[in-house]
Amino acid sequence: MNSASIQTIRSDGDIVVARQTGRKIAEDVGFSRADQALIATAISELARNIVVYANSGEMEISPVETVSRSGVRVTAQDYGPGILDIKAALADGFSTGGSLGLGLPGTRRIVDEFDIQSVPGEGVTVTIVKWIGR
Amino acid sequence: MTRRVPILRQNGILIASIQEELSDGDILALQSRILSDVVSINAKAVVIDVSALDVLDSFGTRTLTEIASSVELRGARTIIVGIQPEVAMAMVLLGLDFRNIATAFDLDHAFDLLRAA
Ligand SMILES: Nc1ncnc2c1ncn2[C@@H]1O[C@H](COP(=O)(O)OP(=O)(O)O)[C@@H](O)[C@H]1O
Ligand SMILES: [Mg+2]
Repeated sequence: MNSASIQTIRSDGDIVVARQTGRKIAEDVGFSRADQALIATAISELARNIVVYANSGEMEISPVETVSRSGVRVTAQDYGPGILDIKAALADGFSTGGSLGLGLPGTRRIVDEFDIQSVPGEGVTVTIVKWIGR
Repeated sequence: MTRRVPILRQNGILIASIQEELSDGDILALQSRILSDVVSINAKAVVIDVSALDVLDSFGTRTLTEIASSVELRGARTIIVGIQPEVAMAMVLLGLDFRNIATAFDLDHAFDLLRAA
């Protein structure tokens, strides 16, 4: 079975490496090309949020498997300023960075499971899972 | 590691063909090179081939949109060429689009569009 990858995310180059790693793991797990693109896109958005809003953090990308299905889990964690209003941050178009405000809501749309935890002043942890064939 | 996108010039048309995945910094560098080349040769059109890109996320889409808007203010046109079908699907789900920008499936199609204009 494939092994998990843990990467430090602190530069735009790290964003590229993270999404390429995610795509490779998704391919190994057996995702379609379309789903590989979705997973890579979600990783790109989460990794960029780390770089832009928290300066640095880490990302763990791992295959997940149950008796009935396989997928990929991604955890993006940082110890930056955190998010004051998570509900606002999940709305389309909300951005404190002057960008499109589609990273979190868009990511939520393209995965099967989406969890975000944040303590203001202590950082953000986003966990997503995408399963094959759903 | 920086990746420099080759930009060809042909009859007043700039053709930027992205060869591999680009970082955010690489895309910003491409943006400023295209804009200065548009001015220096008085380009009438910019064609950007994105077929090598496996991901077009919110940053890439926004920057390409900004390039197209600036080029248009100069009186020139922009055509984005070769968005992979998987990439297009991911863009739609994410909520992204190239609403006011011409797109073409390959370079021949892009030149047809420019001739027809
Ligand atoms: N890791 C993070 N740390 C702190 N704030 C964040 C983080 N990720 C997202 N945010 C907040 O949530 C908002 C929405 O994020 P997102 O949907 O990715 O859009 P954008 O990055 O374009 O603003 C951001 O503008 C920022 O305020
Ligand atoms: Mg974002």
